[in-house]
Amino acid sequence: MSHCLWCDQAITYQATWRHLLTLMERATLCEPCQTKLTLLTGKQCQKCSRESETDICLDCHYWIKELDTDPLTANISVFSYNEQMREMIAKWKYRGDYELVHAFRHVFVKMFNKHFSTQLKDFAVIPIPLSEMRLYERGFNQADALARLLPRYQPSILQRLHSEKQAKKSRYERIQSKNPFNLVETINKPVILVDDIYTTGTTLRHAATLLRRQGCPKVYGYTLVRG
Amino acid sequence: MNEKLSLNPKVIKQIAGKRLLRKELPLDEQTYRSLIQMNILQPIQSIVKKAFHYECQRCHNTKRSLFGMYPCALCNRMHRYCRKCIAMGRVSDCERLYEWHGPEPIWSIHEQPCTWDGELTLEQKKAAERIVTAIQFKEKEILSYAVCGSGKTEMLFPGMSYALQQGMRLCIATPRTDVVRELTPRLRQAFQSVSIQALYGGSQDKSGTAQLIISTTHQLFRYSDAFDVVMVDEVDAFPYHKDMSLPIATKRALKPSGTMVYLTATPRDEQKKKIERQQLPHIFVARRYHNHPLPVPKLKFAFSLQKNLVNNQFPKSFLRWYSTRKHDTRQVLVFVPTIQLAKSLEQTFNTIYPEIKSSAVHSEDSNREEKVYLYRQKKIDILFTTTILERGVTFPAIDVAILHAGHHVFDEAALVQIAGRAGRSPDDPDGEVVFFHDGKTEAMVQAIYAIEAMNKRGGFT
Repeated sequence: MSHCLWCDQAITYQATWRHLLTLMERATLCEPCQTKLTLLTGKQCQKCSRESETDICLDCHYWIKELDTDPLTANISVFSYNEQMREMIAKWKYRGDYELVHAFRHVFVKMFNKHFSTQLKDFAVIPIPLSEMRLYERGFNQADALARLLPRYQPSILQRLHSEKQAKKSRYERIQSKNPFNLVETINKPVILVDDIYTTGTTLRHAATLLRRQGCPKVYGYTLVRG
Repeated sequence: MNEKLSLNPKVIKQIAGKRLLRKELPLDEQTYRSLIQMNILQPIQSIVKKAFHYECQRCHNTKRSLFGMYPCALCNRMHRYCRKCIAMGRVSDCERLYEWHGPEPIWSIHEQPCTWDGELTLEQKKAAERIVTAIQFKEKEILSYAVCGSGKTEMLFPGMSYALQQGMRLCIATPRTDVVRELTPRLRQAFQSVSIQALYGGSQDKSGTAQLIISTTHQLFRYSDAFDVVMVDEVDAFPYHKDMSLPIATKRALKPSGTMVYLTATPRDEQKKKIERQQLPHIFVARRYHNHPLPVPKLKFAFSLQKNLVNNQFPKSFLRWYSTRKHDTRQVLVFVPTIQLAKSLEQTFNTIYPEIKSSAVHSEDSNREEKVYLYRQKKIDILFTTTILERGVTFPAIDVAILHAGHHVFDEAALVQIAGRAGRSPDDPDGEVVFFHDGKTEAMVQAIYAIEAMNKRGGFT
C-alpha cells in the first residue's frame, strides 16, 4: 500500500490488466493533491515557458536587448507556481523533506523526454549547484535531487560562491547581481541546466554565460516551476 | 564549572525541560562543547530502530510512510529522517537530540497570582477544590468531566493559583489551535503577574521560557520532563485520540512526579470505561455556571437533503426554520460537513438574503481568526463553519444548526459539543439547536440521550 507523499492518505488502485501486464509506475500523490498542481499549458513564451499571449514575452525581450546574444537558448518549465506548489516547495527545499522530489518525478521525467530526449542526440544534464554554506544548512541540493531523476546526469561541473538568497532580493537586485559561478571543467556538448524555479532567469543565464564562454555549443534550462 | 555559572538563567530556561536539535540550542560552539563534556547536555539518538519499525524520539512517529531517506551532502550517506514533525526542523540520523541534565531553572513563587475577581458557583468550587487536592498530593491524573458551558476554564484557576504559589511550572495544553488563541487573552487577564507564552503553529515567540505555557499538544513535541502540572483541555478532540504520538508527547512533557488534569465535556469510550472501572479518578460537573439546563437538540427531517447539498442548495425546512425562528435577532452558526460546502452554501445564502451579513470559515482559511472575531463582535449575522468551531469557543447568544447531521464527521462527541455552543450566556440561556438530517443516526440518538442524561444529573427534569 502506498501513501500520498503530501497528505499521507492511502492511495488505492482499481486493479486492471494493465497493472499486471505492464510496469506501470505507481502514483506518488493522491488524486486530489495531484489536481491541485497545475501544468503549464496553452500559449507560452517560446524562450522561458511563461504563460503569455505573445511568442516572446516582455522579460525575454529585455534579456535579448540587454545581452547581445542570449546565452540561454530556451528554458522549459513544467508546473506553474500556485499556492499548492509554493507550499510543497517550501516543505521540500526549506524544511528539507527530500522525499517530496518523488511527488514530481513522474511528470518531470515525462516532460523531459518529450522536450529533450527525443530532440537532442548528445547532451549533459547538470544541476545548478548551491554554495557550500547553503549546502551545509540544507543537507542536500534541491536542483541536484531533480537532476538525478533524469538521464545523462552529471554531478555539477560548476561551483557557486556564497551570496544572499535569491528569493530575498528584489527583481532589480537579482538582475544586476554579479556572476556567482565558477567553471571547474569545460564541456563541449549541449548542456541542460536543471534548477527548481525560474523566476527572472538570472541564475540560469549566469551559469550559461560561463559555459558558453568556455566553448559549450548550446545551453538549455529545465526547471520544475516557472515563478 | 565556570561556564555553568556564567550561563544566563534565561538560556537555561530555553534549554531545560526540552528535547532540542543542535541548531535550536542558543549556544556557541565552545559552550556547547563544554556542556557536553560536563554531561549537563546529554545527546540522545534521534531515530531509534525497534523490532519492526523506527521511532522518532521527538514526535514518536512510527508510521513507515512518514519516514524518508535523503542523501546527505555532508557525510555522503543516506540518512533516515522523520517526515511527520519536519515542520519543526528536520530530525534525522545525522543529528542528535539534546536534553538538559544540569541544575533546574528556578521559577518564581507568586503569593497572589490570580487577579480574576469573578466568583465560582458551588458546583464549580467543589470541582476546583478537587483539582487543588490532586495537585497538592501529587496524584498522577484526574479527569474533570464537565458539561459544555459549565465554566471549565474558571474551575482551573484555584488549581493554577495553588501551583504558582508553590513555584511550580504549568502547562495548559489542547489539541486545537483555536482553543489556544481563545484561552490566552483570558488567562493573561486572570494571571497578570505571571509570565505566559502561547505556543501554536503560527505563534511568534517559540522560546518557551515562561512559567505558564499555553500550547497545542503538537508543540509539546519539543518538551520533556518540563512541567509539574499539565492540564489538557478538550482531551477528546481530534486529533488527540486518533494520533497516538500526542498522548505520548504530553505525558513526556510532564515530570514523573507531576499531575495530569484532563478536561472534557464528552469523554471517549475508553475514558468512560476507565471511570467505570475506577481506574481514572474524576469529578463530574453537571450544571452550567448560569444554572440553566443544556439546550436539547431538535431533529428536523429534510427529505431531499443530499440532493440539495450536491446542488449547493438549502433544504426547504432549513430556510423555513431560519425565517421563523422565535428570536430572530440571535446570530446563527451553521455547521456543515465539508470545507467545500461551507464555501458554496455561504454564496447561495448570500444570493437568497443579500441584506444579511454572512461568512464562512474552515481550517484552510487564512482569515479565520479575523472572521471569528467579527462574528463575536456581531458584525456577521450568520456563519457557516466546518467542525473547527465545534468546541472551545464561546459566542454569547446564538442559534445552532447542523446541515447533514448524519455525515460521519459528526460523531456523538462532535454533536454534543456543537449543541453546547448554544445558550452559553446567562442573559440568553436557551439558544435553539437543530439537526437537519435525512435519516437518524446512532450518533444523533446517543448525543441527545447524553445531553438529557447530563441535564438529569444536574437536577433538571
